[in-house]
Amino acid sequence: MNQSTNQSLSQRDHLLLKIEELKVFYHTDEGTVKAVDGINIGLAMGERLGLVGESGCGKSTVAMAIMGLIKPPGRIEGGKILLEDVDLTRLSEWEMRMFRLNRISLIPQGAMNSLNPVSRVKDQIIDGIKAHNQQLSESELNSRVYELLESVGLRRDVARMYPHELSGGMKQRVCVAIAISLHPQVIIADEPTSALDVVVQREVMETIGRLQQELNVSIILLGHDMGLMAQFVDRLAVMYAGKLAEIGSVKDLFAQPLHPYTQLLIASLPTLGKRGVFKGIPGLTPSLVNVPPGCLFHPRCPRAMDICSLEVPALKEVDGRQVACHLYNSEVLI
Amino acid sequence: MSYLELRNVTKVFTGGMFRKTTTVAVDNFSLEVDVESPFIRALVGESGSGKTTIALMMLGFITPTRGEMLYKGRNFQKLPRKERQIFRREVQAIFQDPFGVYNPFYKVDHVFDVPIAKMHLARSTAERQALKEEVLRAVGLRPEETLGRYPHQLSGGQRQRITIARALLMRPKFIIADEPVSMVDASLRATILESLIRLNRELRIPILYITHDLTTAYHLCDNIIILYLGSIVESGNVEHVIKNPKHPYTQLLVGSIPWPDPSRRWGEGQVPIVVDREASGTDNQCKFAPRCPFVMPICRESRPPLFQLNNDRSVACYLYKDKPVAESSSYLF
Amino acid sequence: MKRKLIAAKRYIRRNPSLGVGIVLLLAVLLFCGIGRIFVPASRAYPLSVPASRPVSRELPLGSDRQGRDILAVMIVGTPLTLRIGLIAGAIGTLIGTMLGFISAYYRGFLDTVIRSTVDVLLTIPSLMVLILVAVSLRQSMTVNGMALVVSILAWVWPTRTIRAQVLSMRESGYIRVAQLSGMSGIEIILKEMIPNLLPYLGASFVGAVASAILASIGIEALGLGPMEAPTLGMTIYWVLYYAALLHGMWWWWAPPIIVIVIVFVGLFLLSAGLDELANPRVRRVV
Repeated sequence: MNQSTNQSLSQRDHLLLKIEELKVFYHTDEGTVKAVDGINIGLAMGERLGLVGESGCGKSTVAMAIMGLIKPPGRIEGGKILLEDVDLTRLSEWEMRMFRLNRISLIPQGAMNSLNPVSRVKDQIIDGIKAHNQQLSESELNSRVYELLESVGLRRDVARMYPHELSGGMKQRVCVAIAISLHPQVIIADEPTSALDVVVQREVMETIGRLQQELNVSIILLGHDMGLMAQFVDRLAVMYAGKLAEIGSVKDLFAQPLHPYTQLLIASLPTLGKRGVFKGIPGLTPSLVNVPPGCLFHPRCPRAMDICSLEVPALKEVDGRQVACHLYNSEVLI
Repeated sequence: MSYLELRNVTKVFTGGMFRKTTTVAVDNFSLEVDVESPFIRALVGESGSGKTTIALMMLGFITPTRGEMLYKGRNFQKLPRKERQIFRREVQAIFQDPFGVYNPFYKVDHVFDVPIAKMHLARSTAERQALKEEVLRAVGLRPEETLGRYPHQLSGGQRQRITIARALLMRPKFIIADEPVSMVDASLRATILESLIRLNRELRIPILYITHDLTTAYHLCDNIIILYLGSIVESGNVEHVIKNPKHPYTQLLVGSIPWPDPSRRWGEGQVPIVVDREASGTDNQCKFAPRCPFVMPICRESRPPLFQLNNDRSVACYLYKDKPVAESSSYLF
Repeated sequence: MKRKLIAAKRYIRRNPSLGVGIVLLLAVLLFCGIGRIFVPASRAYPLSVPASRPVSRELPLGSDRQGRDILAVMIVGTPLTLRIGLIAGAIGTLIGTMLGFISAYYRGFLDTVIRSTVDVLLTIPSLMVLILVAVSLRQSMTVNGMALVVSILAWVWPTRTIRAQVLSMRESGYIRVAQLSGMSGIEIILKEMIPNLLPYLGASFVGAVASAILASIGIEALGLGPMEAPTLGMTIYWVLYYAALLHGMWWWWAPPIIVIVIVFVGLFLLSAGLDELANPRVRRVV
């Protein structure tokens, strides 16, 4: 486990990736959708960060923004994404391309379906490498492919296969191989195991975890499965309707979740303890177009107060982590 | 006589133009549904286990290669038209994809209007409206928020609950729920599963809950059947099977569940995974043998039958070969 | 109603192909429609005006060697060619839709027969077949006759594409649910599938119209069309027959070519626009 998780925020200044006040809006005909509205996240070297939230909370948008893949009608309206002092939001498409795969790579959602069906695995891995490095000879590329396949636990002869000949788990591991092919500093994994069965999921996540430790890569894991987060990440950020609700070490969050949404998320998980004891979160996620005033969670919050419908709570440091909730505004823990 | 039965059913899919490939999706599977005692039973298996094929066979959409599907004691293929119509009304299904079940061209009312019309469930427009509102309320939805909308205007959770309402409409005798919550957000799952529980308890309708997710099966069901590559490997009371799994595959499944507890790591004290998953084994060996950490010579010689461990537990594994063989491999609800 | 119009206008801005295509075709139709008011139709036929005259005030597009007023020819002939395309396209799409649905929904033996027939017919050069038919009907060829000849093979491509669409639709969840609700095959086709395929059928229709027009122009240019009708294709034939190019009679060969180009570009853009409309991801937003 990484030491940085136990430090308070003020000590976390050797951050690899810093997202500051990121805002991404989509300008549609129905109105402006505030998909991401002021996010602040830091990622240290070799750290595993989880970004958890329901569908529509904006986590995929954050991933896309980091990769510079936001397309119209979406736009980065404000904020910075600093990778070692380089602001990714200010880079041109050409400059951003130098960064992709090389320094930051993405395992997109449903990645196994985005493999080219008419191209062999070997060629798809090589394509990525060649885009950044024209120098390598064919034999060097081949041996790199075998090396990568081995590191994700696949046999060498997978290189010659086509995607449809592989199972879901194997395809996903090919995507992982592509993502690590150029030793990036950061890997963003967007729900890498959502379509996989639980046994395969564990294998793939263990592969990703092992690689993370071997290569000392930082990982951002996006998902909505709190169980997976508990097993895999060091720190966890909870997103709701485009904003951060809570962010802190995964141990702290599970031991004592502060934000009501985090509490409900954890409570909504069926566990193999007492039967029949898991409840959902009533209500629906708010529309991100006509944003109601105040805290966006207050209509569904069991502990909402009057102030919650008026003022948006700011992210404050409480007890070693950050929470955006009026319950913790006055330094008095309830 | 049971209400619905799959008797020694095997389904083989052949494919490919020149080099015929055969896949045995379901292998000598039996299941009996008795509507007098409405339990909720789980059929758990990963992808490729044959669970969806079983569901489709029970709905009469796929014919078994061997074995029979019996409705009220009669072979389904030979049912007269009238009986089939009754079958279509009494046996309902809830599917996995909360969006795919809606025709995007129509409002969601369409999924109610069609069966009401086809099965003559209402005699006037007023009656029809009342019926729709009744079933929507029964699943915890407000008619004014759901009727008259298009599918894309509602959330996944709402859409899935509407499918349950639709199933309710026809006062079914049996419901097959194929992964009803796997494509729905975690926080909405509980309400949907609660609707299913209420269907079962209040209306006394037996439900077959098909899933790959052991944890929801644990909370929803009383009994569980574990499926591996088309055959039953373990079955019994859900608490016992999950807390104390006997078959190595069940142990693997339980051990792979990610606990929402950072201090309890994956697979603590569980069976280590053997990653080689070449063939599923030839005809005459245990299908799990290539991956089993406890494999013995006998496992590669013949298929293990279901051994009856006690009143409600059976396991298809040679580790328990001292126990008696289960007399019928069909499971009553 | 008003909201639908506004939504439609906004959609067209996002789908320029559709907009431009519609505009081009409307322009052609307006040209013909308004032209009819000012130019008597009789001038589109031989010996109605002095022959081989260049552009002048009385003859805005000059006249051809047989004494036709070219402007009148454009105004009268274009709708004739369009009519051929529409009739052949409609027949082709109708038959193609029926065969495509039957083939894909019911599968089995019928599907094999239809599919193999379509595959074989697609390999035969259609123009050749049509030429053979046209030659044998040479004496009695009329504009409607032309439409029927072209429609002989107009259904082949639509059958194939619609079959493919239905094949993939067939596995949808809502079809299963419809079957569970007791709907019969025909009901499912008519009530569940066709409404979703309307934009696709539209695109298919437009494509069929375009290829029908092309085929008819081709046959007519070879001299196998209705000789008395001033269709675009026949005009091309006379242009070639009288070597208008060599004689520098640009007012004769330029207008039909321009009109043909506009019609085809319009049809193409319309088809591309409808294709995009047919894409479910786009449709949902509208």
